[in-house]
Amino acid sequence: MAVATARRPRPKGGGAVPFSAFFWRYPWLRPLLLLSPPLFWFVAVYLASLVLLLITAFWTTNPFTTQIVQVWNTDNFQIMFSSVTYRTIMSRTVLMAAAVTVTDAILAFPFAYFMARVASRRVQTLLFAAVLLPLWASYLARVYAWILIFNHSGILNWSLQSIGLPPANIGYTNTAMWIVFSYIWLPFMIIPTYAALERVPESLVEAAADLGARRWRTIRDVVLPLALPGVVAGSIFTFALTLGDYITPILVGGADSSLIGTVVYSNVGIANNIPFAAAMAMIPVAIMAIYLFIAQRLGAFEAL
Amino acid sequence: MEGLGTRIFLRLWVAVILVFLFTPIVLIFVYAFNTSNIQSWPIPGFTLKWFTSTWEDPDVRRALGLSLQVGLAATALALVLGSFAAFAIHRMTWFGKEVVSLLFVLPLALPGIVTGIALNAAFSFGGVSLSTFTIVVGHTTFCIVVVYNNVLARLRRTQGSLIEAAMDLGASGLQVFRDITLPLISTAVVAGAMLAFALSFDEVIVTTFTAGAQNTLPLWIFGAIRLGQRLPEVNVVVSFVILVTIIPVVIAARLTGGGATRVPAAAKS
Repeated sequence: MAVATARRPRPKGGGAVPFSAFFWRYPWLRPLLLLSPPLFWFVAVYLASLVLLLITAFWTTNPFTTQIVQVWNTDNFQIMFSSVTYRTIMSRTVLMAAAVTVTDAILAFPFAYFMARVASRRVQTLLFAAVLLPLWASYLARVYAWILIFNHSGILNWSLQSIGLPPANIGYTNTAMWIVFSYIWLPFMIIPTYAALERVPESLVEAAADLGARRWRTIRDVVLPLALPGVVAGSIFTFALTLGDYITPILVGGADSSLIGTVVYSNVGIANNIPFAAAMAMIPVAIMAIYLFIAQRLGAFEAL
Repeated sequence: MEGLGTRIFLRLWVAVILVFLFTPIVLIFVYAFNTSNIQSWPIPGFTLKWFTSTWEDPDVRRALGLSLQVGLAATALALVLGSFAAFAIHRMTWFGKEVVSLLFVLPLALPGIVTGIALNAAFSFGGVSLSTFTIVVGHTTFCIVVVYNNVLARLRRTQGSLIEAAMDLGASGLQVFRDITLPLISTAVVAGAMLAFALSFDEVIVTTFTAGAQNTLPLWIFGAIRLGQRLPEVNVVVSFVILVTIIPVVIAARLTGGGATRVPAAAKS
């Protein structure tokens, strides 16, 4: 202490709180002390769990005792890729994620375009709140609402009937799942698309017009390419969220609506085969790693 | 540059999307007052009877109690850990900063099911039986990032000159923190806590994998919908959960001028 004091003068007032002078002398100490608890939490709880998950994926369970057998093998992955059932589920999941992403991109773009480039400042703020509110409103509530809508005597069939159309029985089908996913993740697509569109410089749009480009040509060749990173950023959410979901398939899907998430869920709960569930959970992680790599190439991270 | 036709088209599109976004939410509130216990449209009449029966349901009460307990505990832990992390990262200049930053955001970037099953595998490996404690651990993990993001964003916008001025005027480290830093960041901290609570109160995926036999409110809802049982009560509980998650978010948005809620909470799934 004494030596250190000689080296650096004590800051005025520091005498009242000895620690403050101490930290002042060792500026790296405070961030380190602050960082330790949260970092410990993340490394000890979260990272350790993720690593364990990866290792567990290469273990198996004894089918009779359901005890985990801690012997390194690739059985889970072999079963996953050789079984027609699991291959169908994996391709269904990816197709569903892609369909939802495309649907949301189409629904979101004109909305975000209006928000960013047509609406007044006040309307813009209101629309922003209108998009955020459903995003934060309970997830389960929003899935449940669609069960009520798709119900045989629900509002959908009532509306169809009142305009003289036959009832649509889409409850508990893949179509229902597609609609609900598109509904739930739509705000995740609108927000980054809006953010990207808002940043398109007006001067470029004017330049295109000066050079004789028509309205649609300007949108196609100037606005759309500049907004693309935003759409890709939104697609990261719509894609990843669909890949990992099991609530929507269980609640609004039918017998042929199992997704990767459903398999993980049933293997943890009913079948109690955690190694297999762990192996299955690696699939969305792997797909997202590839997806994020491509997205980063397309400049989506700047738009997040 | 938009012509009249385009403007009309865009306005119609926005109107249709708004109807699409809000009809399901409004519908739930209407169904909560349904006199019939059969969920069909249009509802035959309005009643408040399900509110009383839900309030008196011991399962719902127990689930609500657990949700509040978990939400408050996870928020408190996330508040401390997230603020610590934000302060540390804000002051740090070393190369590991980016890596640590990424680590905190990971629970949002990975699908909830991965976080859930990873924790489940770790608990089962470590012989920790699933309980309220394990739910709190799970929730804290994804709540930290919300507080962290909010506080860090505020710290970055805060002028360092104010703190330097206070130090020049002879304030001790503690005084600077209490009189300058804390007032400047307090709304961001509160907003972060609000969002963390809203996130925890509605979370179902990580909870499924970290809860033992006990039910949080979302787990109770999920079970009831799945079995198609007690739907009149589900309508009431779900309306209540919407309000409980939206109100803190609206307050958080007011406190931070809308900035806080812009970070899409991918942890919601």
